[in-house]
Amino acid sequence: MLKISNLNANVENKSILKDFSLNINPGEVHAIMGPNGSGKSTLSNILSGKKGYQVSGEILFENKNLFDLETEERAHKGIFLAFQYPLEIPGVNTNIFLKTSLNAIRKARGEKELDAIEFLKLVKEKAKELKFDEEKLNRQLNVGFSGGEKKKNEILQMSMLAPKLSILDETDSGLDIDALKIVADGVNTLRNDDNSFLIITHYQRLLDYIKPDFVHVLMNGKIIRSGGPELAIELEKKGYESFN
Amino acid sequence: MDTREKDIEKLKDYKYGFTTDIENIKSPKGLNEDVIKFISNIKKEPKWMLDFRLKAYERLKLLKEPNWQKPKYPKIDYQDLYYYSAPKSMKDKPKSLDELDPKLLETYKKLGIPLQEQARLNGIAVDAVFDSVSVATTFKGELTKHGIIFCSMSEAIQKHPDLVKKYLGTVIPVTDHFFATLNSAVFTDGSFVYIPEGVKCPMELSTYFRINASETGQFERTLIIADKGSYVSYLEGCTAPMRDENQLHAANVELIALDDAEIKYSTVQNWYPGDENGKGGIYNFVTKRGLCKGNNSKISWTQVETGSAITWKYPSCILKGDNSIGEFYSIAITNNHQKADTGTKMIHLGKNTKSKIISKGISAGFSDMTYRGLVDINSKAKNSSNYTQCDSLLMGNKCGAHTVPYIKNKNFDSNIAHEATTSKISEEQLHYCQQRGLNPEEAVGLIVNGFCKEVLQQLPMEFAVEAQKLVGISLEGSVG
Repeated sequence: MLKISNLNANVENKSILKDFSLNINPGEVHAIMGPNGSGKSTLSNILSGKKGYQVSGEILFENKNLFDLETEERAHKGIFLAFQYPLEIPGVNTNIFLKTSLNAIRKARGEKELDAIEFLKLVKEKAKELKFDEEKLNRQLNVGFSGGEKKKNEILQMSMLAPKLSILDETDSGLDIDALKIVADGVNTLRNDDNSFLIITHYQRLLDYIKPDFVHVLMNGKIIRSGGPELAIELEKKGYESFN
Repeated sequence: MDTREKDIEKLKDYKYGFTTDIENIKSPKGLNEDVIKFISNIKKEPKWMLDFRLKAYERLKLLKEPNWQKPKYPKIDYQDLYYYSAPKSMKDKPKSLDELDPKLLETYKKLGIPLQEQARLNGIAVDAVFDSVSVATTFKGELTKHGIIFCSMSEAIQKHPDLVKKYLGTVIPVTDHFFATLNSAVFTDGSFVYIPEGVKCPMELSTYFRINASETGQFERTLIIADKGSYVSYLEGCTAPMRDENQLHAANVELIALDDAEIKYSTVQNWYPGDENGKGGIYNFVTKRGLCKGNNSKISWTQVETGSAITWKYPSCILKGDNSIGEFYSIAITNNHQKADTGTKMIHLGKNTKSKIISKGISAGFSDMTYRGLVDINSKAKNSSNYTQCDSLLMGNKCGAHTVPYIKNKNFDSNIAHEATTSKISEEQLHYCQQRGLNPEEAVGLIVNGFCKEVLQQLPMEFAVEAQKLVGISLEGSVG
């Protein structure tokens, strides 16, 4: 599904990712763990299409060159990023944002756009699953939301859009244990043989609830080790320093 | 590309930019007593109306064009303009819409304003003003049943001289200021509305202004009177063809609300803004003023200003009656090289008067936007209050936004609150929306409409959707 080969990324001539390669097949859950400044967020930014990076190498998503696609086209094709810092958009009602987003993607895929009633039914159902306070759906997008609510809102959007590849950029940071479980439930519900996940995190904690197929340790812009879930546990015990 | 293709290409940006090829009757070029007499004569005006004009003209000779505004413009040669231009077919005024020149009907159809009564524009009565004259007013029969007068100013001068004489120039006197006085001397047409005592006008009233002829100024005059206990909601829309020259539009609008009456006045202004290099476009120098004459009266201005090369206007309320209320809701958008200096004046004279100002300014490209507002609470206006909220949104780093509030409070019992914010659409917000599948223009449209929501909500339903689209279109090409 996703094939990253020899990806190099620079910001203002500073090298962040160095010959980074990664393969994700349909249905797989990959976790990338790494200390601050190892290039985790750069990776998710580049996958989502954020501008401002000088890149070389290749990223194929379902055999399409990702660099040929605009951010929104990547979203239409099924790439979703749960942001580390979800943005506030004052004046824009959360429901309206969700509906606009969902219908933009459906339209791009040639599917019928949902009308208000169909949309509300779906969003209520999903909000209930994720224990997301329905009242917040009528508030301005992320304005006045707590850190945890913002992250849950990302997961709500993820489950509404049902993407093929979901990238979770430190979605677990700042979450209490209940919220962490809800986020994990969101992922596990969506998990099947077709959908893949790339979970970027500092801590092993989230991986107690979302069992990854592969764990990669990212340091200084490179994957220095890959393994199964046991690698995360080892990492938690020994710390990043011991891997360096 | 041949010229035609180029024209079509250009029309995509400003879809109202076409011209109508129609024969016109024009006054001689320039401004003098003879031209004023020509206008008055061709409209078969009574002597008192000509006197009103000449008095204004005498005054105008003493006045200087103001120059304190932020957007500067090249000197206008007032002797090089036509002050009257009318389609030839209007000379013997058609008695019904069937007699109207098909070209005019076609023009309004292209603009999305069907004049044929059977076309029933969502039950909104329309008065259409083409260059200097009113060409058609719809739904007259329906309105007459309620005793409502809705007609062109020219017709009102003929048929309702007492009302016109009683109220014209009472809110904007002929001595007011340069552009208002110029209008009083040469105004050509506009709309007249009278709502009788106790009548709630059953439909939206609307005027559609269209500048067509070149080298022509448009000087319309609108007068709306809401008698005791009545209510009216009125909307004006405006467009003009694309021309390389700048065209002057200096209208006067007077509103009068008597005891317990309410007037809601909405504007969707989409005059041609000039091309992306700032060539051409309308100078929109308009004087709009409402008088809450009676106790418990209310006047509310809502404006969506997206067009014009320069917008320079301050729709104002004089709160004379006790407990009267003035409101001003504004969205002003400037893109490319457009400039705007706009805001309001709230003059509190009566006791317990209240005013509210919500202004949303959006600047993009190389444009420049100034909010300028006056809140003046007189010593007799005991227990009065004002709330002002003034938000600016910047797109890119080549545009400007300025807020210039003037506050005068001569009264201890009264209070004034002013809030202002300036924000920018961030790359991060755009990226976030794009990641959710919206293209950059949809993203900007969504963010900007969110920013303007409080004002858009004030518009009559039928126009809110239109205005929302217009907001998006005006900012097209501003993200890159």
